[in-house]
Amino acid sequence: MNIDTVTLAFGNLRHRGLRSWLTLLGIFIGVTAVVSLISLGSGLKMAVSSQFGVSSTQVISVQAGGISGFGPPGTGVSDPLTTDDTEAIEKLSLVERAVSRNILSGRLEYNDRTIFGFATNVPDGKDREFVYEQVELEALEGRLLKDGDTGKVVLGYNFYTDSVGLGKEVVPGKRITIKDKKFDVIGIADKKGSFIFDNVVYMNNRDTEDLWDYGDEVDVIAVLVKDKDSIDRAKEDIEKLLRKRRDVKEGKEDFEVSTPESSLETVNSILSGVQAFIVIIAFISILVGALGIVNTMTTSVMERKKEIGIMKSIGARNEQIFFQFFVESGLLGLVGGLVGVLFGEMIGFLGVMGINSFIGSDMSPNINFVLILGALFGSFLIGAVAGIVPALRAANQNPVEALRS
Amino acid sequence: MATKKKREMIKLNNVAKYYHMGDVVVKALNGVDFKVFEGEFVAIMGPSGSGKSTAMNLVGSLDTPTHGKIYLDGNDISELSESDLAQIRGKKIGFIFQSFNLIPNLTAMENVKLPMMFQGIDNDEREERAEELLKLVELGDRVDHYPNQLSGGQMQRVAIARSLANDPEVVLADEPTGNLDTKTGDIVMEFLEKLNRQGKTIVMVTHEPELAKKHADVIYWLKDGELDKVTKGNKVLYRNGKKKKKK
Repeated sequence: MNIDTVTLAFGNLRHRGLRSWLTLLGIFIGVTAVVSLISLGSGLKMAVSSQFGVSSTQVISVQAGGISGFGPPGTGVSDPLTTDDTEAIEKLSLVERAVSRNILSGRLEYNDRTIFGFATNVPDGKDREFVYEQVELEALEGRLLKDGDTGKVVLGYNFYTDSVGLGKEVVPGKRITIKDKKFDVIGIADKKGSFIFDNVVYMNNRDTEDLWDYGDEVDVIAVLVKDKDSIDRAKEDIEKLLRKRRDVKEGKEDFEVSTPESSLETVNSILSGVQAFIVIIAFISILVGALGIVNTMTTSVMERKKEIGIMKSIGARNEQIFFQFFVESGLLGLVGGLVGVLFGEMIGFLGVMGINSFIGSDMSPNINFVLILGALFGSFLIGAVAGIVPALRAANQNPVEALRS
Repeated sequence: MATKKKREMIKLNNVAKYYHMGDVVVKALNGVDFKVFEGEFVAIMGPSGSGKSTAMNLVGSLDTPTHGKIYLDGNDISELSESDLAQIRGKKIGFIFQSFNLIPNLTAMENVKLPMMFQGIDNDEREERAEELLKLVELGDRVDHYPNQLSGGQMQRVAIARSLANDPEVVLADEPTGNLDTKTGDIVMEFLEKLNRQGKTIVMVTHEPELAKKHADVIYWLKDGELDKVTKGNKVLYRNGKKKKKK
């Protein structure tokens, strides 16, 4: 009997073709959003984390707060950090090394085109090694900068693939103009899968100082701690030191000291926000979908009044009619959910593949059977619940009136 | 024809059906008595508005009377719930309608199987019986056709097959030839006659006196919601005036 009802319900839905498909669109979109979001899940987090360049677990970054303009981290602040701060931090007992980093922006010309680009300074000596290590920087073409290189630059990977807007790829041996000064391109950095690192121009300290004349200002101080287990204590020490140097009270800091963990937390909280947003959209869409089902089933009951009359005249009891419409409605939800799960998994799969090729990771798509079954059951339930009132209306039709319609 | 059998299949006892249309009470049927015996072919005749469709709905347990009693095979069905009535009509009554009333998105076979599904009969048995019934109405080669692929006569034959699905004791036919040409109508009537010969009780509603006279054993003539007369061949068994005089 139940199988027959399901078969009959399927037949009825198929019979109304396009309308059935349109009805389940809402549920489909909602389920697709939820399933793809969860399938992507960790991959998305990893991808975004890598954008922030969080690779070493032993490095703390320090930057001034109180942003007064737009720009990369640490730039455009009202009360910038200075090289004196870097030196003071380096003297702390838990700190192995502290390096001043500047992120600079300016006009970049090549191939008769001009873009607005970013450059970062690379310090000399041991600090250079530290920076290269921290960023895991390697040359894809040519070589990296060495001490004493002046008038030379190494470009991020995106310059090499013509994705920065210069209209032509830049290779070692070419010359580019930065702030009206010509520089020789001596190398291309390997792909980092990060918008920040792949678009940047690496220059030696002397060149950046000459071009931008930032004096002793520092955008970001990268701090290597002696022992990664003492990273939290090191962070506290740095905060204490900077509060004293900048004369601010605890809780009123105009600077930020972040450990890889806290950076990840920030990333995760941003992602959680994004996820919550998508989940809200998904629920709205599922709600709209459910209302769509109520609407379609109500119309269907009105249109099929005669059919209900016929079924009653040939012996269908009220509960059988109710069950028929109830199952039909549930099936609408279920099919929506099924298509949603398929699309969601597909988006998840393609997303993971995309992330893999983008950041060179090796994640496998996450197929969660509990999620799939939950989504399918949930979709059926939403459909069925949406169909209760129309199904009751169908069941309570007066057979004589229904036959007359 | 088997009119001598005395088992009362249908009995209407002073049955009335009133409809309220705003403040106006429409007396569609007003104090009607009649009996149909097992194996009889009975026609309910009357012009439009005479109450014959209402009578048919009441006899077919599609509706309940405002007052009076209706007995089907000796059981009072006047005050049963909608679901109990559905159960009874599913088992004991087969319907044939003027406009065939097949479900358009089901094949001939599926339409015939449907009443059996509502009785919880398993699929194999349904399939077997539906095939048998469609052969009986000479549509064995049309089992997988949808109603829109069938002619009017064929559709009505599918409807006849469907009406017999649960082997009912009574077949109710509401203007069964109303939408058919004469020739096709004759074929349909032949099937009904054949069923009657096999022992089925047939109640047919029609507004065509010739059709009623040709096929029915007894004719109940309705007029303005009341029983006008009952005839059997050329014999008048009852006339409304007489009853009134008696009162």
